[in-house]
Amino acid sequence: MPIITESKSAAVVIDEAKCIAEKGCTVCVDVCPLDILAIDEGRRKAYMKYDECWYCMPCEADCPTGAVKVNIPYLLR
Amino acid sequence: MSGSEPKTEIIEADILVIGGGTGGPMAAIKAKEANPGLRVVLMEKANVKRSGAISMGMDGLNNAVVPGYATPEQYVKEITVANDGIVDQKAVMAYATGSFPMIQYLDKLGVKFEKDGSGEYNMRKVHHMGTYVLPMPEGHNVKKVLYRQLRRLQVAVTNRYMATRLLKSTDGRIAGAVGVNTRTSEFLVVRAKAVVLACGAAGRLGLPASGYMFGTYENAANCGDGYAMAYHAGAELANLECYQINPLIKDYNGPSCAYVTGPFGGYTANNKGDRFIECDYWSGQMMLEFWRELQSGNGPVYLKMDHLAEETISEIETILHTNERPSRGRFHERRGNDYRKRPVEMHISEIGFCSGHSASGVRVDEFARTTIPGLYAVGDMASVPHNYMLGAFVNGGIAGADAAAYCDGADLPTYDEGALLSEKARVLAPTRRDDGLTPHEMEFKTRRLVNDYLEPPKVTAKMEIAQRRFAEIREDLHYLCARDPHELHRALEMQSILDCADMAAAASLYRTESRWGFYHLRVDYPETDPDWFCHTGLYKDDNGRMAHRKREVAPYVVPVAEDEMAAYHQLRVKTPAAAE
Repeated sequence: MPIITESKSAAVVIDEAKCIAEKGCTVCVDVCPLDILAIDEGRRKAYMKYDECWYCMPCEADCPTGAVKVNIPYLLR
Repeated sequence: MSGSEPKTEIIEADILVIGGGTGGPMAAIKAKEANPGLRVVLMEKANVKRSGAISMGMDGLNNAVVPGYATPEQYVKEITVANDGIVDQKAVMAYATGSFPMIQYLDKLGVKFEKDGSGEYNMRKVHHMGTYVLPMPEGHNVKKVLYRQLRRLQVAVTNRYMATRLLKSTDGRIAGAVGVNTRTSEFLVVRAKAVVLACGAAGRLGLPASGYMFGTYENAANCGDGYAMAYHAGAELANLECYQINPLIKDYNGPSCAYVTGPFGGYTANNKGDRFIECDYWSGQMMLEFWRELQSGNGPVYLKMDHLAEETISEIETILHTNERPSRGRFHERRGNDYRKRPVEMHISEIGFCSGHSASGVRVDEFARTTIPGLYAVGDMASVPHNYMLGAFVNGGIAGADAAAYCDGADLPTYDEGALLSEKARVLAPTRRDDGLTPHEMEFKTRRLVNDYLEPPKVTAKMEIAQRRFAEIREDLHYLCARDPHELHRALEMQSILDCADMAAAASLYRTESRWGFYHLRVDYPETDPDWFCHTGLYKDDNGRMAHRKREVAPYVVPVAEDEMAAYHQLRVKTPAAAE
């Protein structure tokens, strides 16, 4: 069967003005237990790539610039 | 994925620990403390800094055996009674005697426990009989403390490698494990004399009622890999039918948390605001009363705190919204929930395996040894019941020390090359297809069927349907497709989840009685049967089939009187005769 792609809303939101991924920071990506964050190669900013969030918050707690906000995923909000 | 074969690296160690959450790091630490010369490798699917059930710390110890408040004998008795007598008391005693030394050790390393003005631990009562709860209002740094100690002792850490299968030698000893990088799909084979499994609960077994696949009680990374690996290696698993089912914040699906609020005066109540259980400690009996209350029309069930004083509520908020699951506060905020004004709506979680809260785990003895020479299991996935975080630390430490002694003089076993080749083929199969079924939809369907057919009250006919449907999904694995390393990681997890689903059905069908309150409530066998006063063992037989055996309950080291044994069966608040 062919595979299709669906849209999802991202619970983890990055403030791109504060994110310093372009300086080589990958803290949020490193600490995520589910490995759902990534750095956008074009924009050089972190983003939530997979809708697999446990809303546990190490990404937010460990971000050195306070750029990450974890929202409760919509389905259980 | 690219057509080229991912590369394979092979390394040698004395001890391989799989899982860097709670028990795993402590196993590595205690092995190194026992013998600093040992090569100890810690393999972790995520990152040891923030992995596992306690990624954001912990708000309290649920089972602290502290002199002056409880003795190891009292604790062993409490857990024997809470678990309907089906315990290996020697293993519980090994935990209980190791409990206080471990608290002191963690305290020395910098973990903060609540103390009174004179520096004594501030113990609280939550259990039915004894006093075992020690709050940790500043318990958010546990992982940092562990990480520091791992670095200090030079434990080799491999992050982002998911172990997929254990390797054995031809003489049946453990010989290492196969790992796959979750970002590159490269293989890492670790040869070792001893392996400690510390992979956490099978927490992605049932589907949360919200429908959000990762909205689980357990850290969603804890999906049952350890249970599946132990099974495929031929280790015995114990009492899997004694599911983990928890009373949680509805939709948020995390702890509310009565252990923290109870000592402050919070309690579980029905829709009339009345108590209906005498004790909020999580047991199968407690969950049965919770379920009955919902069935009776007196639901929803709430955690009630709105009668408490402002300063008490502020203190509770500080503890609950900064530790363990800090996003609780954010959830309540969006809902307009305020502990001062409205009780917190609770519900019954989906099912899982977890000895941390119930008794479903890989069979281990008092040294954390499994039934395979050189293989250990600790924490939520090992069979020592009601073990919680402190149990993972203590049994992790026991496993680490015992594994260090086991390595002394032992040679490095040679693994079966054929097993490695067939495992690599299994792992990579979903990458060989361009289209098919996605890991998400195969996982969703498996877990939805777990909810439909395996949740208690357990019905024989429904569980048999589950087995047929799981077999169909197994046939569909030929269509499972992973287009990148992340999807492959989920595809491998999905296969662990399917293994656990099959084990849950088979274990539940085998025990033809009801026991452990709601955890194993069988409609076709509603009574507790003295003939089933035994452990059950589930294992893969020589023909590769799932098989079962009964295991006698070893003679108690702490005797329990008949009338004491029923204590947890009398949890419902008694209604005065005149009111009936």
